[in-house]
Amino acid sequence: MPDALSVEHLTVTLHGRTILDDVSFSIQPGEFTGLIGSNGVGKTTLLRAILGLQPYETGTISVNGEPRDLQHAAIGYVPQKIALDSDVPLRVIDFVTLGLDAERWGLRRRSAAQRDRVAALLEAVGGAHLATKRLSELSGGEQQRVFIAHALVREPSLLLLDEPLASLDPRNVQEIVALLHRLAHEHHVAILLSAHEMNALLPVMDRVVYLTGGHCASGPTNEVVQTDVLSALYGHHVDVLQVHGRVFVIAEPNDATDNLPEHPTLTVH
Amino acid sequence: MGWFFASGLFTSPPVQVALVIGAVAATVSAVVGVLAMVRGLAFAGHALTDVAATGGSGAVLVGASPLGGFLGGALVGAGAIALAGHGPQQRRDVATGIVLSAATGLSALFLYLDATTNATTGVTQRVLFGSLFSASSSTVPVAIELGAATLLLTAVIARPLVLSSLSRELARARGIPVGVVSGVFLVTLAMAVGLSALTIGSLLSTALLVGPAAAAVRVTTRMSYALVIASGIGIVSTWLGITLAYDSYNWMPHHQSLPVSFFVVVDVVVAYGLCSLVAARRARGRRV
Repeated sequence: MPDALSVEHLTVTLHGRTILDDVSFSIQPGEFTGLIGSNGVGKTTLLRAILGLQPYETGTISVNGEPRDLQHAAIGYVPQKIALDSDVPLRVIDFVTLGLDAERWGLRRRSAAQRDRVAALLEAVGGAHLATKRLSELSGGEQQRVFIAHALVREPSLLLLDEPLASLDPRNVQEIVALLHRLAHEHHVAILLSAHEMNALLPVMDRVVYLTGGHCASGPTNEVVQTDVLSALYGHHVDVLQVHGRVFVIAEPNDATDNLPEHPTLTVH
Repeated sequence: MGWFFASGLFTSPPVQVALVIGAVAATVSAVVGVLAMVRGLAFAGHALTDVAATGGSGAVLVGASPLGGFLGGALVGAGAIALAGHGPQQRRDVATGIVLSAATGLSALFLYLDATTNATTGVTQRVLFGSLFSASSSTVPVAIELGAATLLLTAVIARPLVLSSLSRELARARGIPVGVVSGVFLVTLAMAVGLSALTIGSLLSTALLVGPAAAAVRVTTRMSYALVIASGIGIVSTWLGITLAYDSYNWMPHHQSLPVSFFVVVDVVVAYGLCSLVAARRARGRRV
């Protein structure tokens, strides 16, 4: 079975700055993968490259063993929260229906099977009660659910989510993570989700792509989130601590000329 | 009803022309207007009206049809907006401001020349505020064809347009040619402005574009209903405006008709007010 997603030797330069430098990793069908890194390390750039929105210098991206540019329908995408004008006359159910074939020209009647599929997906994301609400009236958590339904309605094999947890409260974070985990299995869709904090994902994450300084380390979560692996990736010593099932990556100040305190800087990823 | 539908209203050829052109312009404007609301482009319609005025006044100067002038002007304006679409917001606003004042300055020159050299009386009134009763019957088939073409174009791009209006990235990721879609939409916007400039004048043409659409989206959450309601409001406002303008001949001491555009705009504003009231009542009902 071909990889759901395979990125090989990807290099992206933006305005003369190398954002991604020879990044390679792959994702198996139905796997839940976290794309982890702090803000500005190129998570969004990587997702955009996979989506075909970001040109890249070198490298290849394949989806299900085929070149990415032939695979629009195989990739579902959930963007970061979008702000909508309050009067936009579009209901949640219309937006999810648009997910079926928004790229097609002309108008078209919906078959009963299509309507059933839309209703079933709204139900699956826990959004059945939102169906006739205005799209612009949704809260952050509701919008994520509806956008996930929109992305999944045409049954992609790969689902990309750009920081879907960033603007959510802890309860919604847990619910969305559990929902995605369930959908990955039920719909057999590989999930690549970017986040700057991995603790919420630890219970469900099959694989991690850890991004820093343009390089990445990838593999099963417990093999990558290790002191030696991340130290090699950062290029200086970091400690990985596990406390009550949570992971802390602790970086020591590596520049002796800095008058930093003796205590290590705690960065929680 | 004789007092309202004054004698000769429906048998008068200029009124018949006015009713048809008015209905076409109102329908096209309402449909394009609803999509402009989704796209957050309602205000771009205003920019097009200034350039449409320049086109209309220029057309009169060279003896061409005003509709052609309005359309040509609006299309040039749409092209300018598409080009200005790149670059930072502030520079875009400044560029738009400069282009619009240049266009209005040209209108001032053209209208002056129209009035002085060609001795075209009432041309300023006609170009800026419309004079539907003076539209020639030969314009009717042209208006119908243009209207049908615009509606067809809108139907073709409808779904890609809606998705790219919600999120450009989401649309591009699906392989939608976002630039082409927004270019085609600007063309339909220019057509709508051109047609309603013919009906109620170039300066007021956004009243038919924005008003009915804005009123409709207050009272419905469904796109299809919004299109129907907005078209209904547009057509009723235009026909009522035509009737009132025709009747005003009998009200005025010196027997002159008041401008159609005045009555149409009043109708649109009243419709918007009523829809806002309905929306406010519903919101209160939901809270209780």
